[in-house]
Amino acid sequence: MEAIFEKYSLKKPESLIPLLQEIQEANGYLTDEIVEKVSVHLNIPTNRIYGVATFYDQFRFKRRGIFHIRVCRGTSCYLCSSSSYLKEIEKLLKVQDGSVTRDKKFSLETVNCMGGCSQSPVIRINDTYYHHLSVSDLGEIIRTLREKSE
Amino acid sequence: MPVQDISDNKAFLTEKVIKNYSGIFDKSSLSRIASIRRDTVDRPVIYIGTGTCGIISGAKSTLDKVRKFIAENKIEASIIEVGCNGFCSAEPLLDIQLPGKTRLSFHNVTEDKAEDVLNSALHHTVQADLVLGQYRQAGLEEWPNVRLIDNLPWFSLQTRHILKNAGIISPASIEEYIVRGGYKSLYKTVLNYPADKICEIIEQSELKGRAGGGFLTGRKWKIALDTAGDQKYMICNADESDPGAFMDRAIIESDPHRVIEGLAIASYAIGASQAIIYVRSDYENPLKVLEYAIKQAREYGLIGEDIFGSGFSLSINIRRGAGAFVCGEETALITSLEGQRGLPKSKPPFPAEKGLWGQPTVINNVETLANIPGILENGPGWFKSMGTQSSKGTKLFSVAGKAASTGFIEVPMGISFSSIIYDIAGGVRDGNALKAVQLGGPSGVCIPPAELDTPLDFEALSGIGAKLGLGGLVILDDKTCMVNLTRYFIDFLQKESCGKCIPCREGTRKMLDILNGITKRPKEESAHETLERFKGVVQLENLAHVISDTSLCGLGQNAPNPVLSSLKWFREEFEEHIFDRRCPAGVCHDLRTFYIDVDPCTGCNICQKKCPENAIIGSVKMPHFIIESKCTGCGICFDVCKFSAIYFK
Repeated sequence: MEAIFEKYSLKKPESLIPLLQEIQEANGYLTDEIVEKVSVHLNIPTNRIYGVATFYDQFRFKRRGIFHIRVCRGTSCYLCSSSSYLKEIEKLLKVQDGSVTRDKKFSLETVNCMGGCSQSPVIRINDTYYHHLSVSDLGEIIRTLREKSE
Repeated sequence: MPVQDISDNKAFLTEKVIKNYSGIFDKSSLSRIASIRRDTVDRPVIYIGTGTCGIISGAKSTLDKVRKFIAENKIEASIIEVGCNGFCSAEPLLDIQLPGKTRLSFHNVTEDKAEDVLNSALHHTVQADLVLGQYRQAGLEEWPNVRLIDNLPWFSLQTRHILKNAGIISPASIEEYIVRGGYKSLYKTVLNYPADKICEIIEQSELKGRAGGGFLTGRKWKIALDTAGDQKYMICNADESDPGAFMDRAIIESDPHRVIEGLAIASYAIGASQAIIYVRSDYENPLKVLEYAIKQAREYGLIGEDIFGSGFSLSINIRRGAGAFVCGEETALITSLEGQRGLPKSKPPFPAEKGLWGQPTVINNVETLANIPGILENGPGWFKSMGTQSSKGTKLFSVAGKAASTGFIEVPMGISFSSIIYDIAGGVRDGNALKAVQLGGPSGVCIPPAELDTPLDFEALSGIGAKLGLGGLVILDDKTCMVNLTRYFIDFLQKESCGKCIPCREGTRKMLDILNGITKRPKEESAHETLERFKGVVQLENLAHVISDTSLCGLGQNAPNPVLSSLKWFREEFEEHIFDRRCPAGVCHDLRTFYIDVDPCTGCNICQKKCPENAIIGSVKMPHFIIESKCTGCGICFDVCKFSAIYFK
């Protein structure tokens, strides 16, 4: 984190968002301590940093699972019944949108659009994309991933 | 002037190609250009589309397979990663160009098919089921019995200027962009024209902003140029927050230098020495492509200090958006760049007068900027010759949803919806009937089949109450429930409302409540909720007008559009939901009524055991029945029945 701070040593207030983005990339998520440290570094009150961080969808205060599942909820994906995929994943993993499974292996998130509207519905697990799946394929995919992590 | 060593491509391209006004070259230069353009190749070249659409379809696995195949068989071939040519439903696209022959394109080449396709093409035979077509290339031997790619319906009706390089050149190669005429306009601009002349040329061309507002780009630049400021800023909006639109992503991934050149010219025209590209953070691949392209342009001296010795300097920075729909709005984007929550401000003052850090700032979207090099190359008259009376030039549209073919296209302004849907995209998938076309993102409108002959330009669309927006077309088939879709849009907008002004924050919430009331239970007509629901419905239209009249920014002003357009054109569907409590498309799950068909029911008892409401009665091995008054319509019985005995209306 020190290295990232050094990069933004000019302490300009507009560095807040890029700084938080880089820290989140390195750390995976934001914590209260991070907010406090950033506050000291940029000389911005913690409440404002928290306000900014919660305003944007990108920032999260929860750890991700080993496998982070993103289900697209863009218009095109929604039409191609992405919500039934979401429901199926919620059922299989027993998690809600935005949370992590108890074993910390899977986390689930809906996103506005991944720009793959022509391929909808699109699901992304870490860096792998899945498209045109049938709902029944999901169980198999999740089972394979779970085995892989053991 | 010192004699330049043009042995390396960089010096050759910057000295000999960009600065060549006449377009006449000597023989050695011509052959050098032809080899960079890959008009002639001395060994097989394999092109793979690795734009986001390609990656989603599995292009990376195909790429790995191709590399492995070439290494194993010791074939001397080059592999080039290209963007997307727009025909996204055909991804992963794999092209092969053999020496002396035209470039051949194959569609849907997933990992398992790559080997066969390569094997046959390298042996000069063509896999007929996977071939998309061949490119038109003069002077090269054509493949027999293979159609030309520009004869495909998807391409034949397009006019491709912004997309002319898309899917053909490597986005990682500035050289290919330069030999196709790139950066010539920038050179011409900074050396020959004063800034106000550029504003004038662009205004003459009548180019209007492609992000929806439809304001004359040249006039916007002129305002910024004429406003005094210590440091002016030029911002390229690549946030493209409308779900369902992906043209900006596609331009960046396929031809990033066109955007950079447009941005540099725009910066010169308004007198800005700093430019920012605001890219959506979800766009990982475009970000990478753009970063690399900027680095290359800097190395070539096309951006940076004292460009072409003209005294004009420009630095371009990339800023990643952090994911907020409202940041597509100019003033909200600016507050976001200043490191705050992306809240819009009231206009005027417009950003062109008082924008980032209170300085004159122009924000143009990717497509607008991508138009600029072409206008300066061919003149404003050329641009004006395309399109309609009120809207000039070409426009990109993305076609998604239930269309038979999906992707992005470039067509002259004024083309009709029906020719895009039926002639270019091949109609609706699976032969279903078309119900509507959704245009302009979540705050856009749904246009019914009766209005499909409307020309797509700014004036005609506003005549039917629609806006062009970014140009995302989503095709809806007859299995879509318009009420549910409207609810989805309002849900989206309600979540994305920044909360600054009350009409948008509270109004969208209230609209969502009303729409939820229509699409959800209870179904019976005697409860208190029913009364509340009906009161809401009566107020819905009125509420929508209040929100659009009193909201601060474009998000709020346009938020009621989906409600108003659906009420205008699909009123019967709303009435059916409200009065009959029935969803004709069967999409609103809560409104389903379940029945058991006595013949296939074996009385296995599973549905009775699983029903959480104890609404199913019947004894073992006898047909069961559902008590309608107890049923909540959850659909569990429907899911668990192994004999398809349960159906719903």
